[in-house]
Amino acid sequence: MSATDHAAVHHVHRDDYGSRMGMWLFLFTELILFGGLFIIYAVYRFVHQQEFHLAAQELNTTIGLINTIALLTSSMTAAMSITAMQKGNVRFSKALIWVTIGFAFVFMVNKYFEWGAKISHGIYPGSKDLLAKPEGEILYFGLYYVMTGLHTLHVIIGVIFFLFILRQIKQGKIASDRYVRLENSALYWHLVDLIWIFLFPLFYLIH
Amino acid sequence: MVTGALPNEKVEPSYLEVSTNKYKKGLLSWILSVDHKRIGVLYLYSMMAFFSVAVVFGFLIRLELIAPGKTIVEAQTYNQLFTLHGIIMIFLFIIPGLPAVFGNFFLPIMIGAKDVIFPRLNLMSWYMFVFGGLFAVVSMLLPGGSADTGWMFYVPYSVRTTTNVLPALIAAFILGFSSILTGLNFITTIHRMRHPDMSWFKMPLFVWSLYATAWIQVLATPIIGITLALVAIERTLGVGIFDPALGGDPVLYQHLFWIYSHPAVYIMILPAMGLVSEIIPVFTRRSIFGYKFIAFSSLAIAFFGSLVWAHHMFTAGMSDAAMFVFSFITFVLSIPSAIKVFNWISTMYKGSIQADPPFLYTLSFIFQFAIGGFTGLMLGALSVNIHLQDTSFVVAHFHYVMFGGTGFGIFAAMHYWMPKMFGRMYNLKVATWAWGIVTFGYNMLYMPLFVMGYLGMPRRYYDYLPEFQPYHVVSTVGSWILIVGLIIMFGNLWIGMRRGPKAPMNPWGGETLEWKVQTPPILENFHTVPDVHAGPYDYSKYEAKKETTK
Repeated sequence: MSATDHAAVHHVHRDDYGSRMGMWLFLFTELILFGGLFIIYAVYRFVHQQEFHLAAQELNTTIGLINTIALLTSSMTAAMSITAMQKGNVRFSKALIWVTIGFAFVFMVNKYFEWGAKISHGIYPGSKDLLAKPEGEILYFGLYYVMTGLHTLHVIIGVIFFLFILRQIKQGKIASDRYVRLENSALYWHLVDLIWIFLFPLFYLIH
Repeated sequence: MVTGALPNEKVEPSYLEVSTNKYKKGLLSWILSVDHKRIGVLYLYSMMAFFSVAVVFGFLIRLELIAPGKTIVEAQTYNQLFTLHGIIMIFLFIIPGLPAVFGNFFLPIMIGAKDVIFPRLNLMSWYMFVFGGLFAVVSMLLPGGSADTGWMFYVPYSVRTTTNVLPALIAAFILGFSSILTGLNFITTIHRMRHPDMSWFKMPLFVWSLYATAWIQVLATPIIGITLALVAIERTLGVGIFDPALGGDPVLYQHLFWIYSHPAVYIMILPAMGLVSEIIPVFTRRSIFGYKFIAFSSLAIAFFGSLVWAHHMFTAGMSDAAMFVFSFITFVLSIPSAIKVFNWISTMYKGSIQADPPFLYTLSFIFQFAIGGFTGLMLGALSVNIHLQDTSFVVAHFHYVMFGGTGFGIFAAMHYWMPKMFGRMYNLKVATWAWGIVTFGYNMLYMPLFVMGYLGMPRRYYDYLPEFQPYHVVSTVGSWILIVGLIIMFGNLWIGMRRGPKAPMNPWGGETLEWKVQTPPILENFHTVPDVHAGPYDYSKYEAKKETTK
């Protein structure tokens, strides 16, 4: 620890391990945030098993599967972009980040059509058609919109992180000897991926 | 190792004079500063502003209750007053009180660091605190009137009422985020920024308690975040989650609310316990008794405190088995708290006691916390709980722990550390008188609530039977004495901060690192970090030769 530096300019402390640790703690909070929703899902699924079963059949498993593949692949490209950066291949690293963002858009476009189809069938919060359904189905679709909606919000935040990363690579703030911000953004992206890995079976696969 | 005051000619510009950004002076040099000490002071001022507002609301609640029927406000206004009093006191005063103000200021110094690990994130959490506070203020001013749900936002009423529940929910959500970021920052700071010679068991106990608190902040707060967000979504978009009309379960809401809000009371009390563990050795000139037990009991409280939430809901509908388990863990939880109290008392034994204001507030803390703790056990017992649920007994218990405990802890911290923070000393005699008045008024205000609660006075009621009036009158008069005491206390501190005599480097004779740096501290705290091998509470030399530090 350098002892004599006390100029008016504030001391900048670099600690990559510490930064990653802070990110992991933040990811814990995100997991628990979704954890609250998973508890609610578990309770209502237990109470309304039959209705959750019926409602789940309305979802399109194919679109869900395409989205799962898109997110899993994007997690791979995000991880590869770190390795590329470590090896000093900045161009390739940037290209991989763009591919990751591309997959995120595939995901969101799919989601747009999926939600759009539901809404055109009159299944959205507060609609007459939905309120006419049994309580368990109202709860199912309420949770469906809230949980996939909150997840999509996280996809958007992840994309924003990556856009900042691209800008900082351009500015030279991220390079082969300091890439902890890229690592942290990729960690966040893996979390987004991980949560989807749980959402997909809970809503689409369990019948 | 220097323990006296630095010679005057050697004094360097302190953090109060040296800015960390391009603005040398003025407001911008403060609100854009990433220095942990300046951020601590920012928190102090903003927190005190909110505290004064909430005290006025509390005063009005008591005044309304001095006689049955309408006294000064309508029933609806009364509901809004106790809601706002709760929201502001909890989310804007007690939760950030010790960690955000004194933790920010002293945690880095106490572990021999120059700052917290994420200084900009630290400033951001202050902005979120202010932003959240503004939403709370907005909810008061917008047409429709401020929220009238109580600070717990219980559904279905919070979904149906036409008052401004939404801004209040947003306020609590943002304040939760601010609290999470502070906790995350502290955990990482304690892991990564400790002086290389400061092992875990050489950390001051205040740091241990902040560490336990920070884990609760990080792990529990997201639950309230998502729960309040769901209520907001339910209110605005009509999504069925908790509303029974749409198949939802209001009791599930209560569970989720208390999964955070019970651990949250330990976010509030743990730092105060850590503070008491700092003050007692200093003012009795004794090494702390049972250091490791105090340190681990903080972690034990953080752990067991996460498993007792449903004791708030014994009458809400639950299986007998669940009630038994929650009641049992509640009783287990009293063990680590009792360990702390025994250790504090044992530390004082045979000490040479110096009855200065910080120590006096600490004594009040122990007395009132003991009452609050024991009545908590009464409420945690299933049979007694059914009689006392939703009576003013609960209100008294809660205020004995939160105000008599944490609130007095914050007052003790102010008297203990403000000479170091601002470099000036307040009037000790006035502070001692203020302590006497505050403690007397406080107990006069809340003690009758125990009695009338036991006799059946419901909590939060606007009107009551005439037989309860004598207790209400005593309580309301107590609130006046308390407020007079608070005005004297804060006035004395304020005048001391502005015009008091210069404070020495170590006015109380403390052994932790903050007493070994200049008063007020310089930017980045240290030139070279003093030796930390002896540990934080080594008073052997004081016991050997009677050294005076004043």
